[in-house]
Amino acid sequence: MIITVAGNRKEVKEGLTLPELIEQEKVEMPEYVTISINDDFVSTEDRNSTVLKEGDNVEFLYFMGGGC
Amino acid sequence: MKKIIIRKQDVEEIIAYAKEKLPNEACGLAAGREAGDVRTLEKIYYLTNTDASREHFSMDPKEQLQAVKDMRANGLIPLGNWHSHPETPSRPSEEDKRLAYDPRASYLILSLMEEVPVLKSFHVENGEASEEILEIQE
Repeated sequence: MIITVAGNRKEVKEGLTLPELIEQEKVEMPEYVTISINDDFVSTEDRNSTVLKEGDNVEFLYFMGGGC
Repeated sequence: MKKIIIRKQDVEEIIAYAKEKLPNEACGLAAGREAGDVRTLEKIYYLTNTDASREHFSMDPKEQLQAVKDMRANGLIPLGNWHSHPETPSRPSEEDKRLAYDPRASYLILSLMEEVPVLKSFHVENGEASEEILEIQE
């Protein structure tokens, strides 16, 4: 199936899970990454059970914050 | 060492925005083009500090997502982020360094502690910060 990851179209296996995609994409420090699928943010509880489907648009966003 | 080029107008707008958000910290993203060690910032994004704090900032992920899409639509690449220090110098704090997860990013910090604002850019990797060359162009 075809999905879009960070703006790039990719062919991936049917039933690919989000944890598998994170590993496949070599996302560094995934615990600090917010993930959106089709503009909806994936909750921490749902992250491990999310299965991707044809046409999904996935974005990985690093937490950005700090102090002074 | 990276050289960061930013327009004077963008610097002035960042300062004005950050002053408007006082006493809290202000924050945002920067995108543009990169050629070798030279990064030219072409668009500055102004994001909500969801902490609404004078000592901390966290960027709104929804606005972050919109900014990333806008960068892509305009053929720009994400080059870094910026935030203000209302009452402290322009240098990464321990918290800034601890939360700097992206070693590819330039971290611009605007200090408003003195009458004349000071903007500097840093590279942060493995908890160590080094200042980058920041060139302000007319």
